[in-house]
Formats: sequence, C-alpha cells, structure tokens
Amino acid sequence: MPKTLAVLMMDAPYEQTRTTTAFRLLDAALRNGYGVRVFAYEGAVSLPLTLQKAHPNAIHGRNAEEEAHPTPHVWVSALMHLAQTKGLMFDWVNCGLCVDERGVTDVVPGVRRGSPADFWKMVAESDNAVVIPTR
Amino acid sequence: MRVLQIIEPAHRATLEEQDDTVLWFTRALRGAGAAADVLLVGTAVGYAVRGQTSAGLTLGAWSQRQPPDIEHEITKLIESGATVAALSEDLSRRGITPEALIDGVRVQSRHGLGRLLAQYDRVWKW
Repeated sequence: MPKTLAVLMMDAPYEQTRTTTAFRLLDAALRNGYGVRVFAYEGAVSLPLTLQKAHPNAIHGRNAEEEAHPTPHVWVSALMHLAQTKGLMFDWVNCGLCVDERGVTDVVPGVRRGSPADFWKMVAESDNAVVIPTR
Repeated sequence: MRVLQIIEPAHRATLEEQDDTVLWFTRALRGAGAAADVLLVGTAVGYAVRGQTSAGLTLGAWSQRQPPDIEHEITKLIESGATVAALSEDLSRRGITPEALIDGVRVQSRHGLGRLLAQYDRVWKW
C-alpha cells in the first residue's frame, strides 16, 4: 500500500513562492510513489479555480500564447493526472467556508468541498502531514 | 494523536475573518476529535493578554457587528481541555507580565521546548 502525505496550504495564488514550493512537494511526492491529500484553507481555495485566465505580457512583448502564463488550476489538474497514471491517491478538499467567502465556485472537477474535520481525517489516514501557512 | 499548533504571527486577516483563522481551525479540529493544543510565539503572544478588544471598525457606512474576540476563543479552547501556552521569552520581550494573561494560559520557556514538542505526535507551525 503506497504511503500518503497530507498537505495543508493556505496562500492564495500569485502571492507567495510558498505556493510553487508546495506544488513541487506534491509533484515530488507523487513521482516518488506517495499518494497526496491536500486541504486548501483560506486563500488556497482559489488555486483550483477554473476561471483563472492566462494573459499576454506587453512589457515582455509576448502575446497570451507566447507568455503561457501559469494558472494554478492547470497545476492541480496536472498533478491529478499524474496521480491517476501512477495509480496513486490524489484528493483535494477546499475548505467550504473559505469557498463561500471568496465565491470560488468553479473548480477543477474532482475537487471536493469540506471542512477542518476533513483535514483531520486526512491526517489520520496519512503517514505524515505538513502545514504550509500564510504569513 | 496529539497535535501542537504553534501560532505566529498574530493578526493575519483577523478583522476580515472575525477570528484568528488558526485558533478557529484548532477549535474545529478539537470538535472533530483532535487532541490539539496551542503554543503562541512571537507577536502571537499578544493574543494571551486579558482585556483586549478589536471592536469599532467602521468603513464609510459599514460597521463591524462581530469583531474578533480572541480572548473568548482562547478561553473556549482552555475550557474544552486544550493547553494554551505562550512563550515566556516573547512575553517578557514585550513587557507582558503573567498577571496580564488570560486565566488558564500557561507560560512556556524556550528552554523546555524540546521536551514539550516530544510530547506531541504532530507539531504544526502556522
């Protein structure tokens, strides 16, 4: 039975390098055969928001296609797909009250709505858990 | 499974959320059955001071009706059986004496932190 890691994220997209680092951890965990369970708290519930749009970059002289600006919901989908190809657990829960506050209703299919009780369940069912808070 | 929630800094969107989001989360975890305790460090030791208020925020015609009540949150945690401690070195650095603390808040020295952390299965720094 593969080991699993639970990760709580808290930062909204496009604010902190911690977000990219957290996604790198998730990717590394999956590539090394670990399942992952993610609980998105506060601003992190916006990470799987499918309404995010890439845009051009006039300062760099790049159109939208050339700029290929990252949209974190694509990262979520990519990790979901990686987990599926490797037969590993990938569970993403958005904190429900945080979703309501922020109006984050359109999310990557498969992302669940939940509560801190779901995080506690994730922790109980995982081999270890890391919390990555906002500052 | 015993969990220690180390909280630093204070006042991350507490007025917008009408809570400290980590104290709130801790109460929710305890409601879900977690044996979660709290250690306040850095600026968060200020949460342990008795008699604070965040009331009075007004923006234009809008006034906050439910300001955060950190003392209430800490008191409810203690009443639920949680240990809530504040780091003594960070308290004294800020001139906060033990007499100023909310009833039930413990004082923890940095020197004993290793022994304290060893008592927990999970230690999360927020």
